[in-house]
Amino acid sequence: MSYKIEVSGLRKSFGALAVLRDINLKVEPGQVVALIGPSGSGKSTLLRCLNLLVMPDGGRIRIGKDSFAFGDGSKLPATREQARFRSNTGMVFQHFNLFPHMTVVQNVMEGPVSVKALPKPQAEALAGKLLAKVGLSDKVDVFPNKLSGGQKQRVAIARALAMEPEVMLFDEATSALDPELVGEVLGVMRDLAAEGMTMIIVTHEIGFAREVADRVVFMRDGVIVEEGPAREIIGQPKQEATRIFLSHFHNRG
Amino acid sequence: MSYTWNFDIVWSYRWIFLTGTGVTIGITIAVVLLGLIVGLIAGIAQLSRSPTLRWLSWAYIEMFRLTPLLVLLLWFYYALPILTGIKLDAITASIVTLTLYGGSFYAEVIRGGIVSIEPGQSEAGLALGMTPARVMRRIVLPQAIKRMIPPLMNQSIIQFKNTSLVSVLAVPDLLYQGQVAAMDTYRALEVYTVIAAIYVVVLLPLTAIVKGAEKRLAQSN
Repeated sequence: MSYKIEVSGLRKSFGALAVLRDINLKVEPGQVVALIGPSGSGKSTLLRCLNLLVMPDGGRIRIGKDSFAFGDGSKLPATREQARFRSNTGMVFQHFNLFPHMTVVQNVMEGPVSVKALPKPQAEALAGKLLAKVGLSDKVDVFPNKLSGGQKQRVAIARALAMEPEVMLFDEATSALDPELVGEVLGVMRDLAAEGMTMIIVTHEIGFAREVADRVVFMRDGVIVEEGPAREIIGQPKQEATRIFLSHFHNRG
Repeated sequence: MSYTWNFDIVWSYRWIFLTGTGVTIGITIAVVLLGLIVGLIAGIAQLSRSPTLRWLSWAYIEMFRLTPLLVLLLWFYYALPILTGIKLDAITASIVTLTLYGGSFYAEVIRGGIVSIEPGQSEAGLALGMTPARVMRRIVLPQAIKRMIPPLMNQSIIQFKNTSLVSVLAVPDLLYQGQVAAMDTYRALEVYTVIAAIYVVVLLPLTAIVKGAEKRLAQSN
């Protein structure tokens, strides 16, 4: 079995604080992995390490054909290498981070045009297709400040997909949304998962994780405490820490 | 006190004032454009990963920002030749000094404009696979420049007024011509009033443009 993502011995500290301690993770092609855990557990840092927005201190990361080693005398990848590596993973942020000086369609075209040098007409066609897919064909020429949070996040997903990445990373993609807007974004993510996209999702939507994720990884204090099939981890967690964490969600209904 | 105003004498100096105004505007255009280039380089150097570049730009900015312009002008004209043997003529010394002086203020505006863009914008650009240089050009600068325009224009208005100091080096700018006229005519009141009025009249439209730009910026954000 060849994995799409392989992480081994990943370490990261911010000053004296060890945020990630010896993380090992393997993700099969087409698999959806939900990273859950209390805040400060390191799950967002792990996700950001996967596309080098945070540079790991040690360990190895392989995504598709690209692989990097960190620490212990290995040289930091060059700027261009980093950029190429990142272009293969789509990242969706909690706060959308759309480019406010560009229209919706320009936001989606920006990656293919400026990174892949795709001719504008082709990029525009691609962006149109992706915006239709996330249900925003009517917002093509609108600026982001005229969109709702849910619409912004769907544009951000289309923007990430425009690079045709092998892997999609979602960093609390619905945490900044009003409750009534969460559904539309989760809907797009559900469709992507059904199409066979390999996805890692940092989320507090435990119900969604149970429904959509193939595997759930529970993290605490920079280590993976427990991982396995979603139903098992969320339904019958073996570890006390996982049980305590999940009980907050059960209590809330 | 009864003072008999006499603007007729001033009127006879109109062509000299006009050439003086031309010199003042010319110097201003030169030092604004050159100063913006220097300021952009120093401002971006402030954000560089290289400690040496950061230190050098910091030293430049603080040295010029914190020294009175008049002192700098006299230093570049009278002291630099002693130190280096390079003798600049008065106009060149004025342009060099005003460029470096203005550039130190522009650098701070430019640095501030760049850091005011949320880090999430850079991260989104990097995540798409852009190099840091491309992120700066495509994502950060277009947004930052919009925010920089009003303070940069304000700084340029100040530069226009700063050029009056070059008269101490006998550069024939508006104020220098005024001083000549005032001495010739013994009509200091009329001459300096007219000189002051010319500065105001030239700058009034510019301040209106800045106000408009600030308003548009407030609406667009």
